[in-house]
Amino acid sequence: MARSVLAGLIVRRCAAAVVFVMIVACAAFLLVRLAPGDAATDLQLRVADPAVIAATRARLGLDQPLTTQFGRWLVGLAHFDLGQSSTFGRPVASLVTDRLLNTAQLAGLALVLATLVGLPLGVMSGARPDSWLAKCVTTVSLVIAACPPIIATLILLWVALLTGWLSVRAGSLALPVIALAAPVAAMLERIQSQSSAEAAHSTSVLAAAARGVPSSRLTWIHATRQSLRPVLGVYGVVVATLFSGSIAVETITDWPGLGRLTLEAVQGRDLFLVSGCALAGAVLIAASNLAADLLRLAIDPRLRSAT
Amino acid sequence: MIGGRRWTVTAGLILTGTIAIAAVAAPFIAPNAPNVLFEDRSFAPPMRLHIIGDGGLSAPFVYRQVLEDRVGGRFRSDVDTPLTLHWFSGGHLVSVPSGQEPLLILGADAIGRDLFSRVLFGAQRSLAVALAGVAGALLIGALVGGFAGSQGGRTESTLMWFSDFLLALPGAYLVLVLRGLLPLVLSNWEVFLLLASLFALTAWPHAARGVRAIISVERARDYAEAARAIGAGPIRMFLHLLPAARGFLALEVVLLVPALLVAEATVSYLGLGFPTASPSWGTLLQDAASVSALSNAPWVLAPAASLFLVTLGLHLVNPERAPRV
Repeated sequence: MARSVLAGLIVRRCAAAVVFVMIVACAAFLLVRLAPGDAATDLQLRVADPAVIAATRARLGLDQPLTTQFGRWLVGLAHFDLGQSSTFGRPVASLVTDRLLNTAQLAGLALVLATLVGLPLGVMSGARPDSWLAKCVTTVSLVIAACPPIIATLILLWVALLTGWLSVRAGSLALPVIALAAPVAAMLERIQSQSSAEAAHSTSVLAAAARGVPSSRLTWIHATRQSLRPVLGVYGVVVATLFSGSIAVETITDWPGLGRLTLEAVQGRDLFLVSGCALAGAVLIAASNLAADLLRLAIDPRLRSAT
Repeated sequence: MIGGRRWTVTAGLILTGTIAIAAVAAPFIAPNAPNVLFEDRSFAPPMRLHIIGDGGLSAPFVYRQVLEDRVGGRFRSDVDTPLTLHWFSGGHLVSVPSGQEPLLILGADAIGRDLFSRVLFGAQRSLAVALAGVAGALLIGALVGGFAGSQGGRTESTLMWFSDFLLALPGAYLVLVLRGLLPLVLSNWEVFLLLASLFALTAWPHAARGVRAIISVERARDYAEAARAIGAGPIRMFLHLLPAARGFLALEVVLLVPALLVAEATVSYLGLGFPTASPSWGTLLQDAASVSALSNAPWVLAPAASLFLVTLGLHLVNPERAPRV
């Protein structure tokens, strides 16, 4: 009984994820198609010959009405064919996959790093808010939380140039990952700290303390188990945040991710490439949100009975 | 704990207040016009302020900068010609006697413009566009959230589904894609209005969700019941319930302003925001994009430091809630 309820819940979440991806991709397609200018506009400025322009437009299918174009793209999508990029002259699917994996690598590592650093520090500073160590952690995370990725990257880059601690070569991952993770780690630390401090005063922890459970076990197991909910709740937002931040980080550190590609595609009015980027980004976001939901269900049994 | 909290709030208010005043008073505080090119001052370092001269303590003065090596970009201070600072003269807070050297408090940028003045004028533009965006976001958020909360039922779930959908999308992507789809070359005012509206359109769901949660609780309370009983229509109900969300909306300003300042910085850094002739913190950061500028002239990071200080100040004002990055 309980298992079928859970299975139903998972199927519903998956269906919602598919709907999300489709809406984003279709919206991107329609937006680019309806925006002023198309892939031949750039050509128009360089080549005056109307015949050449007309031929290009015909080759790219830009002379077709919106509904035909959209229909063809949807049919292609069903066959996992995302069309040809007009700026790169390559199939969109392979182009986007490479970049998507790069961005996923960057954001994924940043998420792991932020969690591994932010959560334990949050538990620690929440458990003993008056210790000097906790005060240091709180101060540092307040400062770092005020360094969004664009600033963190520039400052780390400067420090790296001064001291040589981090590699600044293009393709080296340490600097962009740290810059992207730092403000998120600080945010997770703040949230977990508040939640841990509340959990430390809860009746169940008090009861465990009365049974003689040692205080480190109280902090790290009893209190933490019930205080993870707020942090897990923000993971969806964190994924969107990491994505947003990755654009600036990728640009500054020359990391070939989805952000740059999307920007180039939009400016070149590369219809299929923009839609492909939107599709790829939406898949990544939907997948991470799904994973966060499932994790939440696994950790917090209260949610399973609630839904 | 309470005492400590008060202290940080005061510090935050002073910090943000100072920067806000500096931005508003930029034409008075800035020693130079933001777009004047000073010859031979490419990446000139910040001038050091001296108060001890030959005859002991004296009025604050700076030394004249002399370009020593054009290729290496090295400057030296000409200790024979101290320039005494003039206060409150010629409509400027501080300046050096006219006809002589430019006063470069934070050094110069790549083509010899006064960075301090540009950061001040940039503060004006960046803060204004962020505040306009926040105002728009709160307006839309209060209307949508208030409407959803006071209506309930299917309206509520549809509107909240839509705002959750927007929240799941990365805001920076959304702004950049929408900005990229519109014509690149626009006048200053068009860029300002466009960025402010794009920010409002991407940020409103944050406000809407909170307002909806507050209003749907308020709706069940006695005063709302009473208002409904004497025949208040949907608009009157909305006006009755909305004041309950005042505190939340005030907090939302503190969270959204830093987020939108970063959005402006990102968009302008990528060349899709304000043109360089009208400085904003984002356009100023473009100078920091080159590795050589960053290592030889780290003062190009001044706009990043300003952005950091505003964000820190606003986070200090509101220590209760975790910052939104």
